[in-house]
Amino acid sequence: MNSLRKFFDKIKPNFEEGGKLHAFRSLYDGFDTFAFVPNATAGRAGTHVHDAIDSKRIMSLVVIALVPALLFGMYNVGYQNALAAGQLENATFWGMFWFGFLAVLPKLIVSYIVGLGIEFTVAQWKNEEIHEGFLVSGIIIPMIVPVNTPLWMLAIATAFAVIFAKEIFGGTGMNIFNVALITRAFLFFSYPSSMTGDDTVWVAQHTICGLGFDVPDTFSAATPLGEIAAGASALSTSLCDQVCGFIPGSIGETSVIAIALGACLLLWTGVASWKIMLSVFVGGALTGWLYNATGLSPLTPLQHIVLGGFCFGAVFMATDPVTSARTEGGKWIYGLLIGFVAVTVRVLNPGYPEGMMLAILLMNLFAPLIDYCFVSRNISRRAKRANSK
Amino acid sequence: MANVIKLRKGLDVNLKGKASLEIMQTKVEGQYALVPDDFYGMKPKVVVKEGDAVKVGDALFVDKNHPEVKFVSPVSGTVALVERGERRKVMSVRVDADGKQEAVSFSEKDPLKLLLASGLFGFFRQRPYDVVANPEDKPKAIFVSAFNSMPLAQDFEYVLKGQEQTFQAGLSLLSKVAKVYLGISAKQKTPVLTAPKDCTVTVFDGPAPAGNVGVQINHVSPINKGEVVWTLGAEEVLFVGRLALTGKVDFSRTIAIAGSEVKAPKYAKVLVGQPLASVLAGQLDEQKSLRIINGNPMVGVKTCKEGFLAAHATEVTVIPEGDDVYEMLGWIAPRMKEFSTSRSYFSWLKPKKTEYTLDARIKGGERHMIMSGEYDRVFPMDIYAGYLVKAIISGDIDRQEALGIYEVAPEDFALAEFVDSSKLELQRIVREGLDILRKENM
Repeated sequence: MNSLRKFFDKIKPNFEEGGKLHAFRSLYDGFDTFAFVPNATAGRAGTHVHDAIDSKRIMSLVVIALVPALLFGMYNVGYQNALAAGQLENATFWGMFWFGFLAVLPKLIVSYIVGLGIEFTVAQWKNEEIHEGFLVSGIIIPMIVPVNTPLWMLAIATAFAVIFAKEIFGGTGMNIFNVALITRAFLFFSYPSSMTGDDTVWVAQHTICGLGFDVPDTFSAATPLGEIAAGASALSTSLCDQVCGFIPGSIGETSVIAIALGACLLLWTGVASWKIMLSVFVGGALTGWLYNATGLSPLTPLQHIVLGGFCFGAVFMATDPVTSARTEGGKWIYGLLIGFVAVTVRVLNPGYPEGMMLAILLMNLFAPLIDYCFVSRNISRRAKRANSK
Repeated sequence: MANVIKLRKGLDVNLKGKASLEIMQTKVEGQYALVPDDFYGMKPKVVVKEGDAVKVGDALFVDKNHPEVKFVSPVSGTVALVERGERRKVMSVRVDADGKQEAVSFSEKDPLKLLLASGLFGFFRQRPYDVVANPEDKPKAIFVSAFNSMPLAQDFEYVLKGQEQTFQAGLSLLSKVAKVYLGISAKQKTPVLTAPKDCTVTVFDGPAPAGNVGVQINHVSPINKGEVVWTLGAEEVLFVGRLALTGKVDFSRTIAIAGSEVKAPKYAKVLVGQPLASVLAGQLDEQKSLRIINGNPMVGVKTCKEGFLAAHATEVTVIPEGDDVYEMLGWIAPRMKEFSTSRSYFSWLKPKKTEYTLDARIKGGERHMIMSGEYDRVFPMDIYAGYLVKAIISGDIDRQEALGIYEVAPEDFALAEFVDSSKLELQRIVREGLDILRKENM
């Protein structure tokens, strides 16, 4: 530890004002504060002691919470490939996992390099510290796209989202929309054929480094929601598979169990709001029940919740503290409406089998309005008190 | 029976180094200092010269805008130095004590005039703005909090022992100026606190910051635009009581010398402006990097061994500075010794009475406000703290007024600043917001 500290202290002058490498100051700062807790002390007046929590730890917790879903997603990529090739009996657990790992890793790397590159540049330019927000967005982005999304598309979409959904607003904490969802929305509307298209996007079709299997060109596999949107009245997968996650879908969204593990961590540590999470599920289930009872949708409320990106969105994206409602009462309404809108889009709009992304983005837009109503109540209560005297 | 208000929001931080219940006596000797900055919001005009002889109660400086508000010497002796800083700003007025403590007698009949003449009025603060009170205002009430709920704070009930009549005399005199509200803790049982004459008692039951007078005002009689309330520290009521009983001022305090770096934390009988060396001698490890705080670790002001006891300070705290600590991979390490309200640390597993040694590190970089509801958890007022802070940062004065800025003081945000994961300097932000608003409204 001491030698690492000494190394940092030795190279530090190069990055300071006037140093040769001053242009990389934000990069140095990023690594220094990553390796060691900054030991800047409190000012002359104010609170002299501080809670040990900081945004680095909060963001890291979210990343850790995402890991089970990511690992399962990698395995499922391999599993779906073997299933599609009809080679399931010849595939081994590790063979499928490493295949998925190799399929997903480039996306993860591209997302982080593009996003963090922009973050570092902006931090350097604005002379600020690097914000940790993209640590979370960077891992979510590859998890909410189909496995066959080309890397160049991912790079363009990530750059677009980071610049236009975050940096122009002032960085993490100032953005209106969830950055990862903007990435997906950009892909969804710019390259629709690569995002849902002809149902060939959900399953990896070629071997990677000798792993996996080649799938016949004629093969296609729809997500369960895609099947319903195409007019099917029953699903081709079992509820057990849907809960465990052995179904086609975006990389990280399929397994309810893996997502639930992450949800436990987020709720236990208080990083995500339980109010939002619970109300999204309640809103989705109630709406699902309504459409099921009226015969508009063949899916039961439970199926609405376990299928598609509902769980993933409810746990990891609706609860984004920056873009969700900030008042405690507002959180309930925000969550309920996300659940309602998501299921409504699924059922009533034949063009979009999945509605979670649009529901969260829409409610991101409305969150400030919901908060406004709650804050206004406080304001008018105060005004009334003053006038009644 | 007094009205009991239960507060659920808040946080008690259990720090190591509580003062044990014994009192160290100090002699009146050496140099004492009165610091104008301790009386926030006032412009000092020094009315003594170096070499002048002063008695206890003789003015050292007055408020330029309200010359009747005097700030008087806590000791008798000779003015040693008028210390000036940049642009001739008065940093302190120092008096060499002669140890005789000869005091001026005051005989004004009008209670407000008595307080003004004796220099005690300078200890009154007003809401809005949390500045030295303006004697021309007609306050709707005077609020006194008889307890400080912040970590390592002085236990006023202990200090009060033997001075109950003085306290009652102080309250009675204040009640002639305006209606007096006394806020006490549910743990306080001394009769003069639970059932005093001439004032309304409210019991506050809950974690810090229940002892903050601002929280108490918000629950008892919230301030509306255009209203003014005055606040006074509990120990300063004793100053008033002594004046009422004897006609003389006596600025003795019993402060807590506390903190993890104090070898034997205990109480000390001192005077306002006392040199800190007299109470810290032999108490500190000279080798270590320490932070000496005038006041408690949540709201105090950093000082040094050569410093002087601040006018309003009821404790002196010493904690490690922490600038020599390098913790590796803090974002993921368990960091068992750290205290946190987040369950990502393990302090929630430890028994409630575990005492923590916290240093002065901020432990993170400053960010935009990310998490929601963090402030509100420790902010027991009917105010959206996060929204108010945002309104202050964006300089939207109308919105600040609408959101209740007139009811708050920087100290009310101390715990919010403690728990804030974005590490914003909330007390500084609120202070600046109040200053701007005050200028606008003048």
